[in-house]
Amino acid sequence: MSVDTDTVRKISRLARIQMSDAEIEALAPEFNKILGWIDQLGEVDTSGVEPMAAVVPNTLRLRDDVVTEGGDRDRVLANAPQAEHGFFAVPKVIE
Amino acid sequence: MSELTNLGVAEIRDGVKAGDFSAREVAEAHVEAVAAAKALNAFLVETPDHVLAAADAADQARAAGTLKPLSGVPIGMKDLFCTVGVQTTAASHILEGFTPTYESGVSQRLFDAGAGMLGKLNMDQFAMGSSNETSAFGNVISPWRRGGGDNAALAPGGSSGGSSAAIAARLCPAATGTDTGGSIRQPAAFTGISGIKPTYGRCSRWGTVAFASSLDQAGPMARSVRDCAIMLEAMAGLDPRDATSLDAPVPAWEQGLNADLKGKKVGIPREYRVESMPAEIDALWKRGAEWLQDAGAEIVDVSLPHTKYALPAYYIIAPAEASSNLARYDGVRYGQRELPDGANLQEMYAATRAAGFGPEVKRRIMIGTYVLSAGFYDAYYTQAQRVRALISRDFDEAFAKVDVLLTPTAPSAAFALGDKSDDPLAMYLNDVFTVPSSLAGLPAMSVPGGLDDAGLPLGLQIIGRAMDEQGVLNAGLALEQHAGFTARPDRWW
Amino acid sequence: MSETSYRIEGATGAWEVVIGLEVHAQVTSNAKLFSGAATAFGAEPNAQVSLIDAAMPGMLPVPNKECIRQAVRTGMALDAVINRWSRFDRKNYFYADLPQGYQISQLYHPLVGEGSIEIEPDGDAPKTIGIERIHVEQDAGKLMHDQHPTRSYVDLNRAGVALMEIVSRPDMRSPAEAGAYVRKLRSILRYVGSCDGNMEEGSMRADVNVSVRKPGAPFGTRTETKNVNSVRFVMAAIEHEARRQIDVLEAGGTIVQETRLFDPDQGVTRSMRSKEDAHDYRYFPDPDLLPLELDEAFLAECRDSLPELPDAKRRRYQEGLGLSAYNADVLTAEVETARWFEALLAEIGDDSRAKAAANWVISELFGALNRLGRSLDDSPVTPKDAATLLGLVADGTLSNTLAKQVFEIMLETGEAPDVIVEARGLKQTSDTGEIDRVIGEVLSANADKVADYRGGKDKLFGFFVGQTMKAMAGKANPALVNERLKALLDG
Ligand SMILES: [Mg+2]
Ligand SMILES: [Zn+2]
Repeated sequence: MSVDTDTVRKISRLARIQMSDAEIEALAPEFNKILGWIDQLGEVDTSGVEPMAAVVPNTLRLRDDVVTEGGDRDRVLANAPQAEHGFFAVPKVIE
Repeated sequence: MSELTNLGVAEIRDGVKAGDFSAREVAEAHVEAVAAAKALNAFLVETPDHVLAAADAADQARAAGTLKPLSGVPIGMKDLFCTVGVQTTAASHILEGFTPTYESGVSQRLFDAGAGMLGKLNMDQFAMGSSNETSAFGNVISPWRRGGGDNAALAPGGSSGGSSAAIAARLCPAATGTDTGGSIRQPAAFTGISGIKPTYGRCSRWGTVAFASSLDQAGPMARSVRDCAIMLEAMAGLDPRDATSLDAPVPAWEQGLNADLKGKKVGIPREYRVESMPAEIDALWKRGAEWLQDAGAEIVDVSLPHTKYALPAYYIIAPAEASSNLARYDGVRYGQRELPDGANLQEMYAATRAAGFGPEVKRRIMIGTYVLSAGFYDAYYTQAQRVRALISRDFDEAFAKVDVLLTPTAPSAAFALGDKSDDPLAMYLNDVFTVPSSLAGLPAMSVPGGLDDAGLPLGLQIIGRAMDEQGVLNAGLALEQHAGFTARPDRWW
Repeated sequence: MSETSYRIEGATGAWEVVIGLEVHAQVTSNAKLFSGAATAFGAEPNAQVSLIDAAMPGMLPVPNKECIRQAVRTGMALDAVINRWSRFDRKNYFYADLPQGYQISQLYHPLVGEGSIEIEPDGDAPKTIGIERIHVEQDAGKLMHDQHPTRSYVDLNRAGVALMEIVSRPDMRSPAEAGAYVRKLRSILRYVGSCDGNMEEGSMRADVNVSVRKPGAPFGTRTETKNVNSVRFVMAAIEHEARRQIDVLEAGGTIVQETRLFDPDQGVTRSMRSKEDAHDYRYFPDPDLLPLELDEAFLAECRDSLPELPDAKRRRYQEGLGLSAYNADVLTAEVETARWFEALLAEIGDDSRAKAAANWVISELFGALNRLGRSLDDSPVTPKDAATLLGLVADGTLSNTLAKQVFEIMLETGEAPDVIVEARGLKQTSDTGEIDRVIGEVLSANADKVADYRGGKDKLFGFFVGQTMKAMAGKANPALVNERLKALLDG
């Protein structure tokens, strides 16, 4: 399968990675090469095979319903690029 | 440098206990070695205060008779592990300046065991790479050089290349690594040291920056199998904060070390004999089999028929998980933010991530986003997970016949920096021998086996059954004893 | 099952409305779904945020058992299939209220499968609404847009709170059915105790899927109106949205499948986002979480801990206790009411008096609470005191009139009824000698009226009753007064 620059541009938007036209032009053939190589997986007959769910037999442990965290806003905001009045601040969102 | 930097983990532990030297002396020697090795670019952050404080605590503990398993042992910490109050970046600009308020499960265990931290080790950005060239802070340079006056800077392997370089250069006796598709084993092989990736779930992933959650596994790197065993004992164990952490006792691996392989069967998977493999590696592999036979094991040919599909499956699963795991780096709560004039929220995300991630990280996020996107999910991701199940089944069938598998660790010795950085696919092929066991969550280790014609180290890989780290370590020990690997890089830095 | 006849008249004839609801119900729990941070409403911004909720590097989710348990119990209460093997998936998208860049939800293998709810819409036939699935997922944080001219503020207190998304089949055909569905679902959740049903605080929100068609035609294209937070708004949103779609279609347009918002001030729905960037959520199994496998013991505990549910309770009240359909309905609609009523019955200890108790609760108690603007939770009268009061009526100590007086004093003072009766001498008298004496006085004081009565003016009987009761300050046993008056007047 061949991926065109429009698809690469769409993916860059979906992934929220800004890319110049030149970057997209450069990435498209690389993308095609990697995907072309990956495509060999299609050869494998996997009918009747369940997709792997857990690599090592193990079951999901559940936690008790106890409050053990929170109440520590300074720790949560410590690394924020912009924090004001106890909130994280971002450019205004118009909904 | 002082003789103290030549000591391994066990020797330092035992020497501190015996009073042959103080932990403080050991720490100071290593701090000095680190400070003098800037040319390797192995450390992103140096934390002499941390290691000296731990050393003083060790010396006090000795006086009080309360020494811990790693008291007085200075270690390096891969920068993927979050460390309280010490910048943690995963070698990416996007996390530059990020100072965790929490300690990762693995580093906490090591500190609780008495170890001190020399600093944070450089690596491939977000652990994506096999040469350390994807670090945002400059690549690590291997302490090894080819013989014959060839001064080309070589790759220390990746992604745990800061760890491998620092250990090989005697900057630290041991370090943490993480392995998603070979990131402990391949750099260990490139630098002539040992490293083990334990069974998936042995070491907590809590507080370790995630690359691909279903594959990521921490493990130790050191200059001997015994040192790996000691480190792994301290690092492993249930962490209830990680839902995939295994609830199983941590065996006394060091105590259980035994190079006598009588009654053991070692499988040689025929599919690992790839076309392009250098003859030296093939020869070393055969030699390794002989060593294990000599140690009492029976050598058996086995087949892992889906081996060829492991790498493409990996390059679907790992990028897919990464594309989601790395969505949190958006410039809102921590790390770098790029806010062009008048940008809205979504534009801020796109600009922040464009400026913060390196090219390889972007490439993998893009591939991961693509394979998960509408209409492709089943053909790529689901198919890859089915293939993964088949790969796992191959191993199950092999382990019904043999106890461990022996393979080369990597298809080549260390290559020169820049040699493969323009060709992602060529770079990905580095992991061809390490990826299958990662996909199956199995323990696997690399042990140095010898040097190639250029005088560069080559590694041998042992793969074991899930939870059988002891079997892996024992076979590794047998290889180590037979190989008698003592080569070390000449100091040029 | 008779279909509703609800139709909207358009220029081209009658249209049928097709409605499906996705209700997000906050699971009642102390801590969040995947972190140990608290869930309480109304905390200071970012005060209930763990490092996991803030999606710090390396943080991992561990599921809260209680949230799973409550979702399973809810599924059981809706007669639904409980999937013993389920799994969490990631729904990937970028927004400032979503710190991980994905919501942990369940797409491919939800915890709960198909079930159903019986509804009784106002003025319409009862109907069964299919439940397609219930899955467990994380809530998002909150964005504040009005605190700063150029910035939005992010509060992650809600981020990671457990939600059950209860997805109905597109089985509803009128706003009334949708309203009845939400009310009934809310009632069941509150009985089960899995959600407090507090719509004002956002504990329950509905995504309303609406399409229109000519009766008998295939389904039309639907729109989804997000986060509607009251029964009234759900009904209003459906009405407006159906009308809007009909107008579009009759003008020759087509309906775009899109997400809309309900504006309660204007009573209209509005398109939420332009779809220049169509959503592609890239769902895949969350690799941080293993499949969720439930064992028999867990399921048994969930089953055994389920209370009697409203439908069963209503049937029992009617069939077992002999209550009228209306009374049974009123008393079972809300779990608090039923709980209070049953506490009262337990104090009374005699189910043959359930009808009288039900009548008293609905007319007297509810009337009083209404007047006082209070709810059952803070009723000034306890079930125990109410039982005592009803006991005093049953054994003839109090007439209904006296009982009303005593009840008023109870409401005012909070005193026990027997104490009130004793202290204020409000006991009803059944002393026939005393009653006869008073009647004698009344009759002799009103000799003219006695003559009129005996001359055929039957209606004066009530006058004599009233005079006698008045002379006895309301404390005479009314049945006895009647009996004695009859005897003495007619005798
Ligand atoms: Mg919805
Ligand atoms: Zn939802």
